[in-house]
Amino acid sequence: MVKIVDNEIDIAEALEQVVTPETGGMNIFVGTTRNHSGGRKVIGLEYEAYEPMATAMMQELEDLARSRWRLHGVSIIHRVGSVEVGEASVVIAVSAAHRKEAFEACRFLIDELKKTVPIWKREFFADGTVEWSGTSQTFSATTSSGRIG
Amino acid sequence: MRIKLKLFSIARDLAGFGEEVVELPPNSTADAVMNILAERNAEFRKWKTSLRFAVNYEYVSHSHQLRDGDEVAVIPPVSGG
Repeated sequence: MVKIVDNEIDIAEALEQVVTPETGGMNIFVGTTRNHSGGRKVIGLEYEAYEPMATAMMQELEDLARSRWRLHGVSIIHRVGSVEVGEASVVIAVSAAHRKEAFEACRFLIDELKKTVPIWKREFFADGTVEWSGTSQTFSATTSSGRIG
Repeated sequence: MRIKLKLFSIARDLAGFGEEVVELPPNSTADAVMNILAERNAEFRKWKTSLRFAVNYEYVSHSHQLRDGDEVAVIPPVSGG
């Protein structure tokens, strides 16, 4: 099960979705929003997704994980819109008969999601600046020219 | 031919728009879209290698040949999670 939501992620639901009578272990990763980035204080965050593509890619990742490990269930939920500091922005839950598969698949899913799924984080800093995460180096010349931010 | 161009994150900020129908010569590649964007804001040319393209929800190379009716998205470095 994959989905993109625009309000608080229901972590209990993510687990309920994956548990089966055959399940021997569930692994859950909860990504939460930090109050700091690059040594600066973050006071708010926003996530944007290219939703149809992001959902399709999350489903591809679920399918790929199921083909590599013997899994009972997979939940991948990402939040978009405003997210308060300390709230969950992404939840991945995986169940299997044994913990090894669950741990490995969960790690694989979060690592791949972060590399490929078209979702972007925008950080609002205490000093008043706003930045799309991960673009400060690549786009530094742009930022310093005053065209954005 | 016509494509639907979609921009996200910093690419949308640089271009000043998020979605537009764009007229292109037949057999244009994704790189032709980059040229259109560079006309709007020359910064795009500098950051070309950091931007990926997706056509109809799948990543493609810059040399990918576009077809009439394609939905073409400019994908800056992703930062979900």
